[in-house]
Amino acid sequence: MSKQVKQLERVIIRFAGDSGDGMQLTGARFTAETAAFGNDLSTLPSFPAEIRAPAGTMAGVSSFQVHFADFDILTPGDSPDVLVAMNPAALRANRPDLRPGASVIVDTHDFTKRNLARAGYEQNPLEDGSLEDFNLHALDLTATTVEAVKDFGLSRKDAARAKNMFALGLLSWMYGRPTEPTIEFLSTTFAAKADLRDANITAFRAGWNFGETTEAFAVRYEVRPAAMAQGRYRNITGNLALAYGLIAAGRLSGLPVFLGAYPITPASDVLHELSKHKNFGVTTFQAEDEIAGVGAALGAAYGGHLGVTATSGPGIALKAETIGLAVMLELPLVICDIQRGGPSTGLPTKTEQADLLQAKFGRNGEAPLPIVAPRSPTDCFDAAIEAARIAVTYRTPVMLLSDGYLANGSEPWLLPDIDALPRIEPDFARTTNHTVQGKDGEDVQTFWPYQRDPQTLARPWAIPGTPGLEHRIGGLEKEDGSGDISYEPANHDLMVRTRAAKVARVAETIGRTYVDDPTGDARTLVVGWGSTYGPIGAGVRRVRREGIAVAQAHLRHLNPFPADLGEVLHRYDRVLVPEMNLGQLSMLLRAEFLIDAVGYHQVRGLPFRAEELADVIRELATTKETSP
Amino acid sequence: MTTLDEGTDLGMPELRRDGLFGVPAAPDPGTRKEFTSDQEVRWCPGCGDYAVLAAVQGFLPELGLKRENITFVSGIGCSSRFPYYLDTFGMHSIHGRAPAIATGLATARGDLSVWVVTGDGDALSIGGNHLIHALRRNVNLTILLFNNRIYGLTKGQYSPTSETGKVTKSTPMGSIDAPFNPVSLALGAEATFVARTVDSDRAHLTSVLRQAAAHRGTALVEIFQNCPIFNDGAFDSFKGRDTEGSIIPLVHGQPVRFGADGSLGVVRAPGGGVRIVETSSVGDGDLLVHDAHADDASTAFALSRLTDAGHLHQAPIGIFRQVERPTYDDLARQQVSTARESLGDGDLATLIAGKDAWTVPA
Repeated sequence: MSKQVKQLERVIIRFAGDSGDGMQLTGARFTAETAAFGNDLSTLPSFPAEIRAPAGTMAGVSSFQVHFADFDILTPGDSPDVLVAMNPAALRANRPDLRPGASVIVDTHDFTKRNLARAGYEQNPLEDGSLEDFNLHALDLTATTVEAVKDFGLSRKDAARAKNMFALGLLSWMYGRPTEPTIEFLSTTFAAKADLRDANITAFRAGWNFGETTEAFAVRYEVRPAAMAQGRYRNITGNLALAYGLIAAGRLSGLPVFLGAYPITPASDVLHELSKHKNFGVTTFQAEDEIAGVGAALGAAYGGHLGVTATSGPGIALKAETIGLAVMLELPLVICDIQRGGPSTGLPTKTEQADLLQAKFGRNGEAPLPIVAPRSPTDCFDAAIEAARIAVTYRTPVMLLSDGYLANGSEPWLLPDIDALPRIEPDFARTTNHTVQGKDGEDVQTFWPYQRDPQTLARPWAIPGTPGLEHRIGGLEKEDGSGDISYEPANHDLMVRTRAAKVARVAETIGRTYVDDPTGDARTLVVGWGSTYGPIGAGVRRVRREGIAVAQAHLRHLNPFPADLGEVLHRYDRVLVPEMNLGQLSMLLRAEFLIDAVGYHQVRGLPFRAEELADVIRELATTKETSP
Repeated sequence: MTTLDEGTDLGMPELRRDGLFGVPAAPDPGTRKEFTSDQEVRWCPGCGDYAVLAAVQGFLPELGLKRENITFVSGIGCSSRFPYYLDTFGMHSIHGRAPAIATGLATARGDLSVWVVTGDGDALSIGGNHLIHALRRNVNLTILLFNNRIYGLTKGQYSPTSETGKVTKSTPMGSIDAPFNPVSLALGAEATFVARTVDSDRAHLTSVLRQAAAHRGTALVEIFQNCPIFNDGAFDSFKGRDTEGSIIPLVHGQPVRFGADGSLGVVRAPGGGVRIVETSSVGDGDLLVHDAHADDASTAFALSRLTDAGHLHQAPIGIFRQVERPTYDDLARQQVSTARESLGDGDLATLIAGKDAWTVPA
């Protein structure tokens, strides 16, 4: 029996289950299959901060959403078209995100009185008609899986654990995903445990065959490959791309990478990843605390390495004093802040972009530093290189502001041509750079650690081991040029302004603001930064399809801003700034450019939905002229 | 790599080497003057720091290292101004963090001799965490801990080594904190080299520095250092001519004996510790023979407890412990070189492509 095949442009699937149900793996495998198939895609993993929250509870629900399409997409999608719910809590937690008509595939195995109660259900939703708006497939996936793998002699518990592969097989059939990558993956992963390997592969195939044979599923769907630019691609998460960007920066600068870090969600993967690549000359130091992590990185930078630390907002708070020292020492340092919900411990596994003001101002004294923010998972690679370029060129700590959504989300990446990436020139000091008068009036060559490059205002980077350049630096104010301790009022004023001027000069190398304004007559500009790029772009597309002209600008450099940004902002009647905070960029734009930026803010620990942004953009863009 | 013949089998590559292995030697050792910077020294008159500075300036040429390969990293406090006065590389960092910064530097650069200068507040209060972790990791650093038992730079508050009951600006009714014994702390933190010396005894100080520099791993040297302004006389028992009953000299391989004409000595006490006895009451063979190289740190710890916790009248001076253990920085560098040897130098294009890349044709 050949089943009906229905063409779709895009599909959003969410796999949801208990923390122990393997939903992240299932989602990642479906994503890998989808990438191999050639769709454009975007993913949104979501998991609790607890490693194993009580089984079957709402607190323990883990999910993975993947959006794939035959065209280029910008977000993981707003509402799932298909929800796979492995237990009652997963159904209850995700049901509010569903629209009528969505497909819901439920493993009925855990819909017992006890588990329903754990999830907070008073009645069984599969029986009380509350799901009648949806296309419900209620199946005992667990029992079917156990039956399918019964020949492998696994315990009932181990056999049941393969149910995620059964679900993956079913969904893979439904959307015509290639199966080879997953079979190969399972073969490699369980190479040492033949029974588990065979059981998982069998469960995966059984899921596929179940879709093929059962009457329950009458339709298969086809989402054609997206038209993507020619080239070699892979799927990649933001944290992985960021780690690769740091390794690439090491190569491009010829500097060994030294990461000093303390484990923290959602930044630990950067530490894990870099620690695997010692053959790239990468040293990783798991420090005793956040302060030591950045301290060691600064020490390594002093020694001529590319010093890096990676953390999240709470870690930045702890590192603040050392970052201030790096500002004073004027040494290159890359500080990665993978932002999460705050304040305090906040929402460790959820995303937010509320560290912008901490990044810019979170130190004592006037302590400016450049800030760079990637806008998508793949952009983390380029942003890391850009942060390193600025750090090394200008001898300054640079803040790289990623977030939990970028860190764990993934998308296809057109692999860059390594040879075409820009070189970073460390330009270590080798010789003396100043002449002073000796006792007898003779010229004496000496080294002045704070004698600046007239173009960049960067000071020389003279590393220990360089003969004749022995010098002392420290956190006390320096005399301009000589670097000797100075408490002289005019000198301090000069040095404070010079450090600020140096950071401001970074604007000379970051290009102009890119504004996407296809019709050229938009009166409304939407400005964002960081991970909101996708949702803002998707929202802008929606209102443009309605014939409303809207311009979009997305800032990669938050400090300094591009030199023309003020002029760009003033060209528009209305400037909308959506942010996953309470208005941090809009505060900076209002303060710096005296524009009446309109903020739109949400701090739900989740990325914006394209639909809600479209509503906000439409409303502002179609407001009657209010300017005087 | 040079290796020694004997050692504990840790199942690890043999990395026991002299503390200065890998640091380039100078063709000409240089002079004290060459190691002295042009900066005016700004400690209070009579400060013990002067004596330590003079000893270090005089001692550094003896190491025979290239001056540019020596780096001093300090924290915050009076003693932390030290790097400014040496014409080597130097960093005057922030409060308590010098061991962390120096750990990064020493790990990144095996060709440097890295020294940390710190004080009792810097190392044991605000920077306590970094100190103990540097010690347990055994990073190749020499840490000079200037202990004056007071906060000097902030003008006279009690410190974590001040005796209980100390009346200071912040403790008008007397401090209610129990003090740290830095040597005990370091031994508890798995330190491989722990010594104590006195600012005014240049010969002893220099001798300890020499052995600390030669030690591969973290060497902690506590220096009793007088603050003439805020804690004058704290170490008077250890100065001048009449120190026989105060200083308990620790010399490896020698019986621990002190007092007038060696009238006092240290013996093992029932229960595992040590105690002071009149030597006349015991046989010569009963005195504890100091073994700085003992694997077990218990006796060294017991000796450290002979230090007065209150006002100091009596304390052991010398090297409490000096044992060999692979250093963090050597092992970290070796992992990098092992990875390079076994996997080859990484290829970036291969790395970033991963295993699941696909091609979109034109």
